[in-house]
Amino acid sequence: MDINTKKVTKNAYRITKQRYKTALRVRVPGGRLKAEYLEILQKIADEYGDGDLHLTTRQGFEITGIDMDKIDEVNAIIQPVIEGLEINQINPNTGYTAAGTRNICACIGNRVCPKAQYETSGFAKRIEQAIFPNDFHVKVALTGCPNDCIKVRMHDFGIIGMTLPQYDKQRCVSCGRCVEKCTKLSTGALTMENYKVTREHDKCIGCGECVLNCPTNAWTRNEEKFYRLAIMGRTGKKNPRLAEDFILWIDEDSIIKIIKNTYDYIGEYIDRSLPKEHIGYIVDRTGFIEYKKWALKDVELSPMAKVASNIYWGGIRY
Amino acid sequence: MKIEISKEDFNKSLHRLGDEYRIYAPVAMAYKGTFSDTDSIRYKEINTLDEIEFNLKSHFSPKEVILPITQVLFYFTEDQYKEPETEKKKLLVFLRACDIHAVKRMDQIYLENGQRDPYYQEVRDTVKFVLIGCEKSYRNCFCVSMGTNKTEDYSLGIKPVGDQVLLDIKDEELNAYFFGEEKDFEMNYVTSNDIKVLIPEPHQIAKDIAEAPLWREYDERCVACGKCNFVCSTCTCFRMQDIFYKDNENNGERRRVWASCQVDGYTDMAGGHSFRKRHGDRMRYKVLHKVYDYNKRFGYHMCVGCGRCDDACPQYISFSTCVNKLHDLGKEER
Ligand code: SF4
Ligand code: SF4
Repeated sequence: MDINTKKVTKNAYRITKQRYKTALRVRVPGGRLKAEYLEILQKIADEYGDGDLHLTTRQGFEITGIDMDKIDEVNAIIQPVIEGLEINQINPNTGYTAAGTRNICACIGNRVCPKAQYETSGFAKRIEQAIFPNDFHVKVALTGCPNDCIKVRMHDFGIIGMTLPQYDKQRCVSCGRCVEKCTKLSTGALTMENYKVTREHDKCIGCGECVLNCPTNAWTRNEEKFYRLAIMGRTGKKNPRLAEDFILWIDEDSIIKIIKNTYDYIGEYIDRSLPKEHIGYIVDRTGFIEYKKWALKDVELSPMAKVASNIYWGGIRY
Repeated sequence: MKIEISKEDFNKSLHRLGDEYRIYAPVAMAYKGTFSDTDSIRYKEINTLDEIEFNLKSHFSPKEVILPITQVLFYFTEDQYKEPETEKKKLLVFLRACDIHAVKRMDQIYLENGQRDPYYQEVRDTVKFVLIGCEKSYRNCFCVSMGTNKTEDYSLGIKPVGDQVLLDIKDEELNAYFFGEEKDFEMNYVTSNDIKVLIPEPHQIAKDIAEAPLWREYDERCVACGKCNFVCSTCTCFRMQDIFYKDNENNGERRRVWASCQVDGYTDMAGGHSFRKRHGDRMRYKVLHKVYDYNKRFGYHMCVGCGRCDDACPQYISFSTCVNKLHDLGKEER
């Protein structure tokens, strides 16, 4: 068999340990799909694979045990899933156009979770639309609130929902529940003085515990959505580390623009002598300040946004 | 007089009423709910009919319009005090039958229970009620069991039908504002709810009811947040707060603020004592107040069956279920 492995991997198939067998990675942006697509996945698994579906760490499916010479057939069968999940594709019936930019993960978000500040899957899909397909290795994840169930801090771009709480002191009955919850569950940004509550903005992480727990609706959410954008977290060999905060109280459009700008930056600085280079290591090479210059190009942040002047990442170094 | 009037003309009349009245109605306030991207349906000043949420039950009752959550009673300096200026405009409040019955309970407590409360009286004297009929019973409602599903006690009844509005004008004064074709119609009211509540007769409530095991389940389940009280249309408790201004401690103000018998601190006394530490005991206090103690004193039940307590409880504790348990207990013990 003569097969171009680079083309295979770019097409979201894997070179596996078992010779002549491959596995297809099905991306599910935002981790949510219509259950009907499972029928197609089952068909591929039963007829072309080994009958199993693997749930990937990035909220996709991996259909294992496919014969490499069946890739074209499988690509034709998977087409309705690609279309149904609105995945950008260059040529129909040729499967996934790229695999470098990984599936965009999201926690369950505010369709279900009371703590979440926004609809995570929807935002994940909008990012997918803006950046896929692309061969550059970039990982994005979104989480509804600072509980960070999806672990965005292990991603290149970690998006954490924030709400800007608004206080109507006329409605406050001084029960102290918000202060207690903020202190015990969150950062202790609230204090009670003269029977009314004050919020220390710099301490507030926008988790919304005050809103969730206020029995009179004295605390409510702002209509605008805000986010915390943490960047360049990673796992892996050289220097695993958690993402650090880049911009607090940022808006959705600016996040999308920053991620798109990052691709231009990668294009400029990537080390093309390597088979692939992960974005975080490029930033390590050029320094954060250079990255920031590229990332913020033509981004119009609102006055609310708080941008880190510099970032020093930690993690394990050998 | 019963008339039919177009929405447009109704809005014009509302506009004219606005010179004399502040008009309050339940409004679905986008993004203001407890959870993100949810509404909060509560009372707000309105100008047009379209702002009103007619289809859903409001999360908070109209109580807050007549009895503000926070009310300054007076400002004080070293040797003087002054009451705040009072509102010049009268009030027009849109509400449902059970809520009109609830106002009677508030009147009972603030006006006919010893000293008349002048602050309440002042507001109350200016309020007119607009009845919103109920086309259907909502989840957790048990107004029929409480006999509060119907009322004749309103100035204006309103029934929007498509682009038209049917009005039942009972208050002469309002006749001057609304002009339309005479048209006979009946206000909607519900005649049955999914939830039915049986209330034990006073003699069925044992003297040692406080010891009944029934309450103990709530020790664990209730988190003492007080939501049930704050959304209740008949809870009338308040506490006083004296505030001394930060930059001049000789000046300040006295406020009264809603209080909840479920929330910590309600029974605190000088010296640090407090009663009803167990949440189940607070539940007992609340439940018996609504369907026993108040009745013993005034001859009718306090609870009007709006079911907002059940709608609001984050722990899915159901007041109506508890009352029914109390009833069953009474049967057993007889
Ligand atoms: S929880 Fe609400 S009512 Fe209680 S102190 Fe906080 S703001 Fe005031
Ligand atoms: S709303 Fe529920 S949990 Fe909160 S105080 Fe009332 S019964 Fe307890």
